[in-house]
Amino acid sequence: MNQMSRNISAIFKRELSGYFGSPVAYVFIVIFLLLTGFFTFYIGHFFELGQADLRPFFQWHPWIFLFLIPAVAMRLWAEERRLGTIELILTLPVRMSEVIAGKFLAAWVFIGIALLLTFPLVITVAYLGDPDLGAIFCGYIGSFLMAGAFLSVGLMTSALTRSQVISFIVAVAVCLFFVLAGYAPVNAVISGWAPVWFVNLIAELSFLTHFISIERGVLDFRDVLYYISVIIFMLFANGVILNNRKAS
Amino acid sequence: MIEVKNMTKFFGIKKAVDDISFNVAKGEILGFLGPNGAGKSTTMRMITGFIPPSGGTAIIGGSDILQHPIAAREKIGYLPENAPVYPDMTVFEYLDFCAQIRGFSGTKRTAKIEETLEKCFLNEVTYQTVNTLSKGFKQRVCFAQSILHDPEYLILDEPTDGLDPNQKHEVRMMIKAMSARKAIILSTHILEEMDAVCTRAIIIADGVVVADDTPDALRAQSSVHGAVSLTLAATDPQELLPRLQALEGVQSASVIGQDNQHLTLRIYPEQKDVLIAAKVMDVLQDSAYKIESLFVEQGKLDEVFRTITGGG
Ligand SMILES: Nc1ncnc2c1ncn2[C@@H]1O[C@H](COP(=O)(O)OP(=O)(O)OP(=O)(O)O)[C@@H](O)[C@H]1O
Ligand SMILES: [Mg+2]
Repeated sequence: MNQMSRNISAIFKRELSGYFGSPVAYVFIVIFLLLTGFFTFYIGHFFELGQADLRPFFQWHPWIFLFLIPAVAMRLWAEERRLGTIELILTLPVRMSEVIAGKFLAAWVFIGIALLLTFPLVITVAYLGDPDLGAIFCGYIGSFLMAGAFLSVGLMTSALTRSQVISFIVAVAVCLFFVLAGYAPVNAVISGWAPVWFVNLIAELSFLTHFISIERGVLDFRDVLYYISVIIFMLFANGVILNNRKAS
Repeated sequence: MIEVKNMTKFFGIKKAVDDISFNVAKGEILGFLGPNGAGKSTTMRMITGFIPPSGGTAIIGGSDILQHPIAAREKIGYLPENAPVYPDMTVFEYLDFCAQIRGFSGTKRTAKIEETLEKCFLNEVTYQTVNTLSKGFKQRVCFAQSILHDPEYLILDEPTDGLDPNQKHEVRMMIKAMSARKAIILSTHILEEMDAVCTRAIIIADGVVVADDTPDALRAQSSVHGAVSLTLAATDPQELLPRLQALEGVQSASVIGQDNQHLTLRIYPEQKDVLIAAKVMDVLQDSAYKIESLFVEQGKLDEVFRTITGGG
């Protein structure tokens, strides 16, 4: 195994086992499942709609992620800083990029596990009707990619400060921008005064726009590329921030 | 060899470290001393590459910490101040994580971890989570991490902080035993520790190196170095002092303590390395004084430390 994958995997394993060693992880999973259930059935009227698809389920994900993922991400660097362990991890013979990748992947997999735990819904719709399983699969992929984008923002803001609260607030604010930029009511307001190309540009930047198109069941390469680019950009920014603010 | 070259660090406009340079060769244990806030930890953080220097660099066994950070860090074992360790891991998990990063795998990894647990007296807490450990054990876990890969260069920021006297002694012995094949820098506030362990000491104050010498040479700077301290059964000093002062080679003699039972005097030589004890003995024997103790002062490190760092 080469050095890079060895280091990333060591950090990944350490982080991931950290999640399941702490009650925070279970609290997160329970809240996530309760919220998705509440939105899907109560607000989304899943049963009343009588459709065998998971649209009422997926459509709430951006809004649930908006608060839950910054809550998962806020401690990732802030905690290392508070404990002083950042000094050890960054003086071990590992690259900063390896530490960032290991941390990010572990948190992403953790969120992925929470997402997979919603599988009873899939079984329910498969039992009740004849759903488009391809679309459901795309929905999960889209949701997972979008979660990665939210997470990369949260990880980046966590590197900014020692304070988890500030990190959370900044992350929610940045993520809110990325969501609202593609939210139809907001676009309607902007199009009142801005040219069409500008409205489209803003909408293109949004997590929401790309999620909606994947959720429809079309896994377009451009949407995937969009999320991957956002993630890489945010992780890169994370590295720059950390390099400048390691000791403070 | 660790070569520190003109390292400087600014925090904002505050100069925490000001143009520090020194070398540490293998076989040496360099003690890093200085008052709180002198810049010891900052210097160590720059040497290990945690914070970038504002100027200068450090070269660890030929690898520049700025240009080849990974190669340089592979050779370093580092114990940061306050011994930070992930609180939610067990001691074994933590060392296993460090061993993975250090490139050990399979049975070699297990063997390394076991050897280190043994060396650092951690066997009894192997499967305990770190946040349930006492401060001293935490310190030892972090120390264990720094020596796990048997590094050529060891940087230890207050390695015996929080340890009980027995453990302090053990850790010092361990550091000494390892030193033949390693270059070691350790910071401490305990002057006896520096004296017992270090082959050389650097004292810094306000970010500047103010002394770089062996512990013995530092002690020799003490004002009492070479003086004879003398305790007699209660005696009138008025008669004795002039006789002592008249001795050849003696600069002065004075009373430093007196009560109903004892009289304590200190006799200072004109030149610190000319021994005067024999002459003092002669005077005392002639007049049959009752000597309770007599010894030649080696010098007081704490006095030297205060003088050098301007802490009067
Ligand atoms: N991240 C930082 N930001 C601003 N100032 C800092 C920072 N780290 C250290 N300093 C300042 O640099 C100076 C040197 O600090 P340093 O921690 O190196 O001292 P030290 O010699 O290790 O002291 P001690 O004996 O208390 O451990 C101090 O004045 C400290 O306030
Ligand atoms: Mg310090």
